[in-house]
Amino acid sequence: MSGLITVDDLTNEEIISILDDAERMLPIARGETHAPILAGKVLANLFFEPSTRTRMSFETAMKRLGGSVLNLGDVANSSVVKGETLFDTMQMMDGYADIAVIRHPRQGAARYSADAVSIPVINAGDGAGHHPTQTLLDLFTIRTSHGTLEGLNVALVGDLRYGRTVHSLSQALARFGCTLTFISPASLSMPEEITSDLRSAGVSITETGDLHGSIEDLDVIYMTRIQKERFPDEDEYHKVAGVFKLSRSDLDSAKKNMIVMHPLPRVDEISSDVDSTPHAMYFEQAFYGVVARMSLLCRLLGVQVSEVVSE
Amino acid sequence: MSEEGMRRVTAIQNGTAIDHVPSGSSLKILGMLGLLDSRSTPISLVMNVPSKKLERKDVMKVEDRELTQEELDRLAIIAPNASVSIIRDYRVVEKRTVELGTELRNIARCSFSNCITTNPREPLPHRILVHSKDPLELRCAYCGRIQSVDDIVNNLI
Repeated sequence: MSGLITVDDLTNEEIISILDDAERMLPIARGETHAPILAGKVLANLFFEPSTRTRMSFETAMKRLGGSVLNLGDVANSSVVKGETLFDTMQMMDGYADIAVIRHPRQGAARYSADAVSIPVINAGDGAGHHPTQTLLDLFTIRTSHGTLEGLNVALVGDLRYGRTVHSLSQALARFGCTLTFISPASLSMPEEITSDLRSAGVSITETGDLHGSIEDLDVIYMTRIQKERFPDEDEYHKVAGVFKLSRSDLDSAKKNMIVMHPLPRVDEISSDVDSTPHAMYFEQAFYGVVARMSLLCRLLGVQVSEVVSE
Repeated sequence: MSEEGMRRVTAIQNGTAIDHVPSGSSLKILGMLGLLDSRSTPISLVMNVPSKKLERKDVMKVEDRELTQEELDRLAIIAPNASVSIIRDYRVVEKRTVELGTELRNIARCSFSNCITTNPREPLPHRILVHSKDPLELRCAYCGRIQSVDDIVNNLI
């Protein structure tokens, strides 16, 4: 494994192994145990578009493990505005860092970067493409809540067209035999590349515009924000903004152990009265990003977590 | 070479004859070979003639130019069953087939406007992967977008 661009780069066994290692690292992420197993290693955090959770959780993950972090900083003040190509930027990182994390507004930027350098590259979001480390933390959250990834009934809701988190997650869930319901406005439905792959793999998919029809059957509701910044036309955004809203009363018929997830930030798609219900899992989910990324960093930098971190 | 389509076109002294091209697609093929803008290469085309193999087909003859295997392999996404004859002094001296590989490298740009490769200054090669041969499905190696045959033809390098 030389990097992570899409979840297709991981086998199911590798995913499980990463989640197992992540679980071992929970005390380190909470600051209860000190384990500088990545001391001397340098991570380049290359965020060409805004990020809060992903950038900070990579930074926390690296620092909790004793490594250090280079940040590209504000793109407006970097050589990118002078017209430097991504290829050239990556050549520098090849010399400065042991591993690179990249988020970029252009789709395919992570794969392109990986082709340009010899260090491992992790895709932290490429345009509306993929976000596989979000998938790892999502899977960790689901497994922690349900005890398994197998055969669950999962609804992905909101902006499925531009929402890169749901692209990666749906592919992974399908591989674990989950039943998937895609709930979106017609104009924001799952891209053909994803549904084509899922259907040819024999996955059962339901596509609908109705959020409330099947809540009682679900194990996971994965809400997403309608992303204003991805719309070429603001009028088109306003046509679909606020279409799906989940509030406490909608969850009356839900199974007791059904969880509500969200990659955050949310706007108004989950009402704040859901936060205090046992279904709300999105804040834990954000914390699990630290352990999932710790585990991945160790794997890509050749550190066997099970040998250096006790159970 | 004995089918009706070939007889409709005058025999050429030297060059390349391409038979069993799917009906109506020969102009796309000329585009893929970079011959549409050529003002010096004599080219003969017949379109939509009856064929035992394809029901209808196009036939092309390109004079004074022997197409290389690399050029011919470009045709595979449009005319996977094309049969190619290299002609010298009115005789067929070599028969070639086209072969669809696993990747089209630096043949066409990705059609997606937000793909990283749309920056013309990025130096890595343009790569279109053959995701599936039957049915044919092509995808950009970087952004993963599905590319139709028309996308390829419209974005030739």
